[in-house]
Amino acid sequence: MIKRYISFFALVFGLLLGTPAAMAEGPELPDAGTNLRDTASLQRGAHIFFNYCVGCHSLKYLRYERIADDLGLTEEDVMKNLDFTGGKFGDPVVSHMPPDDAQKFFGKAPPDLSLEVSAKGEDWVFAYLNSFYLDPKSPIGWNNTVLPNAAMPFPLWELQGMQVPELKPATPGDDAQVEKLTLLHPGKLTPAEYQQAARDVTNFLAYAAEPAALQRRHYGIWVVLFLLGFTFLAYLLKKEYWKDVH
Amino acid sequence: MANVFSNAFSSLGEWVNERAPGLMPVYRKHMTEYYAPKNFNIWYYFGSLALLVLVNQILTGIFLTMNYDPSASGAFDSVQYIMRDVEWGWLIRYMHSTGASLFFVVIYLHMFRGLMYGSYQKPRELVWLLGMLIFLVLMAEAFMGYVLPWGNMSFWGAKVIVSLFGTIPVIGKDLVEWIMGDYLPADATLNRFFALHVIALPLVLLLLVVLHLAALHEVGSNNPDGVDVKHGPKGNRWDPTKPADGIPFHPYYTVKDLVGVGLFLAIAAFIIFFQPTFGGWFLEHDNSVPANNLVTPAQIKPVWYFTAFYAIVRMVPSAFGTAVWGVLGMFGAILLLFLLPWIDAGKVKSIRYRGTGYKVALGLFVLAFFGLVLIGTDSTADLIPMLFGAGVDVTSLENLFGRVMVLVYFGFFVFLWLYTHLGWEKTKPVPERVTTHD
Repeated sequence: MIKRYISFFALVFGLLLGTPAAMAEGPELPDAGTNLRDTASLQRGAHIFFNYCVGCHSLKYLRYERIADDLGLTEEDVMKNLDFTGGKFGDPVVSHMPPDDAQKFFGKAPPDLSLEVSAKGEDWVFAYLNSFYLDPKSPIGWNNTVLPNAAMPFPLWELQGMQVPELKPATPGDDAQVEKLTLLHPGKLTPAEYQQAARDVTNFLAYAAEPAALQRRHYGIWVVLFLLGFTFLAYLLKKEYWKDVH
Repeated sequence: MANVFSNAFSSLGEWVNERAPGLMPVYRKHMTEYYAPKNFNIWYYFGSLALLVLVNQILTGIFLTMNYDPSASGAFDSVQYIMRDVEWGWLIRYMHSTGASLFFVVIYLHMFRGLMYGSYQKPRELVWLLGMLIFLVLMAEAFMGYVLPWGNMSFWGAKVIVSLFGTIPVIGKDLVEWIMGDYLPADATLNRFFALHVIALPLVLLLLVVLHLAALHEVGSNNPDGVDVKHGPKGNRWDPTKPADGIPFHPYYTVKDLVGVGLFLAIAAFIIFFQPTFGGWFLEHDNSVPANNLVTPAQIKPVWYFTAFYAIVRMVPSAFGTAVWGVLGMFGAILLLFLLPWIDAGKVKSIRYRGTGYKVALGLFVLAFFGLVLIGTDSTADLIPMLFGAGVDVTSLENLFGRVMVLVYFGFFVFLWLYTHLGWEKTKPVPERVTTHD
């Protein structure tokens, strides 16, 4: 009887966990394949972020000191190689770009990216970084298949290169759609290297969205094991007490 | 050494007893001499677990208030401050947010237990009514708590739910402004929701829980056989005048509940440490964006535990120029649960001895509840094209399915009234004594 109930609850539990509450509308995105335990990837991602992104985007909830602690870097590493905004070691990562100017340049102030992965998901960010293409019709010269008419130019073009779209011709009732993107000018990185770079940035942003994720996984297994052990002892205690209930 | 301590302890006990001789009898009445039926099964864990979660919510809530800023400009930042800069703040917040969802899991299972074993029937109507009041206050408590992080879903959820009151004819519009203290959910709204969430409603909740337990201990617990052990044979190992099928709550059920507590905490810890957002079910992705009255989330929907009732609002059509019917339907769905002891005039309590009609009806009622959850969480928008192909008209199929589910939900109560008041139910004989126990 108990077994039947337990397997029922396990089933419901599993089903729910496997069904993400509708997150991003639209087509399935490829798996970003990020891994928070891969510290080297986090360090590379941080490096790319601070070289290419922080000019416009802040991480206002993340402090330089925290990055050093969590990514196994020294204060010197961080201040010399990552902190280009002039912030102190204990300061949060705030971009230099004045929001008013940004509004003028792009029509929309670049968003803070601290919680971007929490809001959109890793797969979305990874796909977004892979989906910029040249678009002469756009005021900034770039467009993106994941976020059409994005106000953002593509700062990583010198790494990935420049992609152009292959259009599916317009059919009656349907506009021309981008079928796939092809590389027009290769960048400094090979396509495989760029994929890894995009994955590293995504990984770093996933870390930035929830630095506590590193700790909770570290402690979690011991807490769960302790509680299972406790349950087992409680079960033995219960059996002992209930011996005399007839 | 041990003697010194136990002597000190017993003289302290005597000292207290001399000055407050009424305390020990209370302890005995509710613990060591509360005779509970010995045949509780797995469904009887959820009452004590609900109490455990309530304590967790209060304790973690106290620590959250120490660092939370209940203002429209500071709330969102302060939650991130708790998540990042407060020592163990992330753990406290995840315990609170996971606790909120698990509270409803536990309460729904606890209520379903009541339906299965007729725990609301005479003489336990008052226990049921107090329990339903707890459920109602808990919904208000959870709703206001959900607004506090001031994410975009908090904002829009608050706007939509408070607007439900706007469908009330004549006074609706003024009522909405009165509740929010502004034309939109704003600083004033957040301040008052905070006050209600951390002081007013928890006090009411605690009082109701005490009354719920007091009322239960007056009449005694029901059990899976629905046999009233108080009316059965007397005499057990502890007392010749007490029910033969009863055992003292302490130590028997305290040690048994400890097993349930351990397993429950292990599951809760797994969620807290490995899946704190539970795939977007417990903490929604859109709430990682600060509240913004200019940007509407792709879909506005409440957290999963409200979705069944929210779906009723959506599925009941407007008529006679007003949309109030959906709102009435939602409150009606809860009100009917309050009235259950009088709707059901069944002669036996437990589903084990009830007629087939009751078993089928209860099964359909549960299915309708889950069906409404699917609609309320907007899962049907994905499921319908998956089942019937991409070309189908999702909205009309969803409305059809949803309205059938609403009819089944309300039909349960109509059927139950007819079935028991007109004497259609054919019950099985109820045994004299409780049957099994572990």
